[in-house]
Amino acid sequence: MSGRQPDQADTDRLMRECRERAVPGRSHPARDYPPYRSSEFRHPRQSLVVLADPEAVELSGPVFGVTDVTDLDSDLTRQHPGEPLGERITVTGRVLDRSGRPVRRQLVEIWQANASGRYAHLRDQHPAPLDPNFTGAGRCLTDDQGHYRFTTVKPGAYPWRNHDNAWRPAHIHFSLFGTSFTQRLITQMYFPGDPLFRYDPIIQSVTDDRVRERLVAAYDHGLSVPELSLGYRWDIVLDGPAATWTEDSA
Amino acid sequence: MNTQEPPAPTPAQTIGPFYGYALPFTGGGDLAPAGHPDAVTFHGLVRDGQGQPVPDALLEFWQAAPGGSRAGAPGSLRRDPVTGAVLGRHGLDFTGFGRVPTDADGHWAVRTLPPPAQAPYLSVCLFARGLLHHLYTRIYLPGQDDPLLAGLPARRRATLVATADGDRVYRFDIRIQDANQGGEETVFLDFAQ
Repeated sequence: MSGRQPDQADTDRLMRECRERAVPGRSHPARDYPPYRSSEFRHPRQSLVVLADPEAVELSGPVFGVTDVTDLDSDLTRQHPGEPLGERITVTGRVLDRSGRPVRRQLVEIWQANASGRYAHLRDQHPAPLDPNFTGAGRCLTDDQGHYRFTTVKPGAYPWRNHDNAWRPAHIHFSLFGTSFTQRLITQMYFPGDPLFRYDPIIQSVTDDRVRERLVAAYDHGLSVPELSLGYRWDIVLDGPAATWTEDSA
Repeated sequence: MNTQEPPAPTPAQTIGPFYGYALPFTGGGDLAPAGHPDAVTFHGLVRDGQGQPVPDALLEFWQAAPGGSRAGAPGSLRRDPVTGAVLGRHGLDFTGFGRVPTDADGHWAVRTLPPPAQAPYLSVCLFARGLLHHLYTRIYLPGQDDPLLAGLPARRRATLVATADGDRVYRFDIRIQDANQGGEETVFLDFAQ
């Protein structure tokens, strides 16, 4: 591939090779994933050092509260004087730990491109229009059952330079905290039935078909609001051990 | 909810290049109250496997309070209810949490209070474009020891120990990948079990 930019066929071949080598059922992407070219020099070559110390500080974690969010933060369509362009959507779901317990009163942050596929970021030079009425960043706290809820617009797909004719499927970036720092997660939520999935090395870095489906929200007609918005449901399960330490156990 | 079997974890995905208007916040690196006499500064570069600085990494920090508490406190992103702007911590509680993006030259800095002797480190979570799943490491002050450090060969151990770099200032570089031209890859930790 040296001397020319890889094309989709090159990327497809690399993705197929990774899929054939992958461990079935693996939850997280391998950090060394050649189809995503930026990973080449940004993954460790040494094995991670496994630490099973019950006293590790990482088994506790940061906390957030009502002083850290405002009520408007969860509605990305109300952050400017005018209405943003695009298809208005509601995205909601629950944040759970891997035992199935709700993650209560924790911070959920999202960011996304606008309906045209453009981020409000200087480095995004994709010549799709910026929307003066849409920034694309939101926050909320989960409730006592672990629910989060955002109102926003559906982001557009956009091109990137991983390979010739590379396009990202529409997605919303999610950042999540659990009860322990070991449960920290940053991920991306996708929309059902997107024809770009098979071409995209970011979502395909999750090599198991069934595991990859966990990144895709479900359209939920019951969440759609007549004359206003479409509803999507997406539950999130945080990996890693939950907190073992509480103030009560000190 | 009736859970018959534990739910399966949601996979990680890269933070990508465009988190800058969403995640960093004013005062994200100021864990120590302004003017606190015990405050220490940690700073350094994040480098990739070619030795190049990484200008689009995000670092998060979590530590015990100087008195040993691991409870943390809300208020890292304390907001102005009138404008919605981030005001920064009010300085009375130690939240234990920090978040800073690297600058255009790959450099970062945080000001905090020293961690307690029983947990003498800052936990670091590293995100970056090109990194599909975040990485954890730790920053130890020089002269500390614990079972993790004791179990590592000297060259590897050195990647977790900050070096004095002035009065109450410590340097800590993170090398995501061992570069052929020298430089030891930072020890990254797995807590998954």
